[in-house]
Amino acid sequence: MAYDYQPFDYVPPPGLNGPEARHKVAIIGAGPIGLAMAIELANHGVPAVVLDDNNVVSVGSRAICWSKRSLEILDRLGVGEQSVTKGVTWKVGRTFHRAQEVFNFDLLPEDGHKMPAFVNLQQYYVEEYLVERARALGIDLRWKNKIVAVDPRADHAVLTVETPDGSYALEADWVIACDGARSPVRGMLGLDFEGELFEERFLIADIQMEADFPSERWFWFEPDFHTGQSALLHKQPDNIYRIDLQLGWDTDPEVEKQPERIIPRIERVVGHKNFTLDWTSIYTFQCRRLRNFVHGPVLFVGDSAHIVSPFGARGGNGGLQDVDALGWRLAAVVKGAQEADILAGYDRERVFGADENLLNSSRSTRFMSPEDGVERLFRDAVLHLASRVDFARPMVNSGRLSRPCVYPLIAPDADLPKGARPGAVAPDAPVAEGWLLNALGGEFVVLALGADAPAVPGARSLSPKVNDHLQSRYLGQANSAIYLIRPDQIVAARWLSASGDEIAAAMQAAWGA
Amino acid sequence: MALTTKPNIADADGFYAKLLATHRGLSEAQSHALNARLVLILSNHIGDADVLEAALALARDGA
Repeated sequence: MAYDYQPFDYVPPPGLNGPEARHKVAIIGAGPIGLAMAIELANHGVPAVVLDDNNVVSVGSRAICWSKRSLEILDRLGVGEQSVTKGVTWKVGRTFHRAQEVFNFDLLPEDGHKMPAFVNLQQYYVEEYLVERARALGIDLRWKNKIVAVDPRADHAVLTVETPDGSYALEADWVIACDGARSPVRGMLGLDFEGELFEERFLIADIQMEADFPSERWFWFEPDFHTGQSALLHKQPDNIYRIDLQLGWDTDPEVEKQPERIIPRIERVVGHKNFTLDWTSIYTFQCRRLRNFVHGPVLFVGDSAHIVSPFGARGGNGGLQDVDALGWRLAAVVKGAQEADILAGYDRERVFGADENLLNSSRSTRFMSPEDGVERLFRDAVLHLASRVDFARPMVNSGRLSRPCVYPLIAPDADLPKGARPGAVAPDAPVAEGWLLNALGGEFVVLALGADAPAVPGARSLSPKVNDHLQSRYLGQANSAIYLIRPDQIVAARWLSASGDEIAAAMQAAWGA
Repeated sequence: MALTTKPNIADADGFYAKLLATHRGLSEAQSHALNARLVLILSNHIGDADVLEAALALARDGA
């Protein structure tokens, strides 16, 4: 493989020699979501122990498309710039029917943002950077520590952990299950997903080749090189290209995963034999979630809580938004500043976010993989018309790419630009010191534009000089405004003018939200 | 009046999903019948003979 896998050292945990003191937080799974969760909590001053049954980063590229919002979150965790530097930046997607382009999109048509619309970067790099960062922060990472039992109690949970040297018990006030789509913890708690399973199979192949395809996402319906099916080509760093090929439900995955079956298919896509297979996988489409993400002391984050079909880049990116929504709340609970019932806000917001991702992914899946009969009839009619008239083009659905949802907050609002309304991620903008988003987050911030910031206990004030970007994204026609921004950089409330008491009340409400 | 061929539906994905949902659970014959009724309903709504003629020609193109 192109990537040089370096196993992490297993160190016998102290629990093997006697009971460990109860941990505040135990995170199960050292994938991108578990690692991000640990770093986010560490940034809030809360230590966590991370347990993983393996001792190496993701085998295969897996999640490759990191959205602008994810990059902003990764930036707050300390690995954003590294990820952008290594990754392939892109923003344009083109969709073809046979050989004709029928639809295209540009995901970031405006400037004045630190982070690009999307960066393609193999999951193993993101994990490598996060592990490095977690180590620098002194986070307790335990490799080859496999959870075999979870016993949730009233105010904590007891984990049984298996290691190469035997098993031990570990107690934690909170357990965060970041153990992926097949989450063993979910199974141990007897919980199951609800939702749709689509009868469709796709082959993923990462190939290494010297080529000069542009840094764009190319998707084909019914291309000549893969008759009657769909295909996707997307560039990653290190001359790796992701190719996805629709196989249909009638194919045998065991047969299709043989290199002698895969290589001729890839040859037809790229038009030559000058490539090497780096990693392959076969997957089915699912759009399902847990009914609730909070189960007593056990919290579900990322794929353990919800899974979507790919092509919307809504898996890993959705998971990082979970981390974002949980970190500040859980940290406040662990530190005793807030009651545990505020975690209902995490559940409510991320169920809402998951449903938006599920809705978009289900629609894309239906379009790519229509059932026989009327679904196929309409799908083919849209593709037929899309080459002839404009109106059918926005109906061509090869994936609607991840954007952060706008939480439905009930909060003070004013006649100010829609993009910065309560519930939305605070839009980035250049400021004298660098970037606005780098100055937000971690705690509540009172952002005063064209006005003095009233002093509010428990919140930091920020009054950058108004420039064109801040004017258009935060003020519009107004001369001044006050924004209250949550620790996860979500707009909590906003006013044309506000007193310290009004802002403090909105902050109190945001904790409860 | 000319036939509108520029995008004119604000939430195209939402409309498309609703269209499929309207058909869910119907047999192929029932779906054909639904589509026929839908064509007649929308044609009546449009009314304008030139627009309808242009729409019929566009739908026939490449058939």
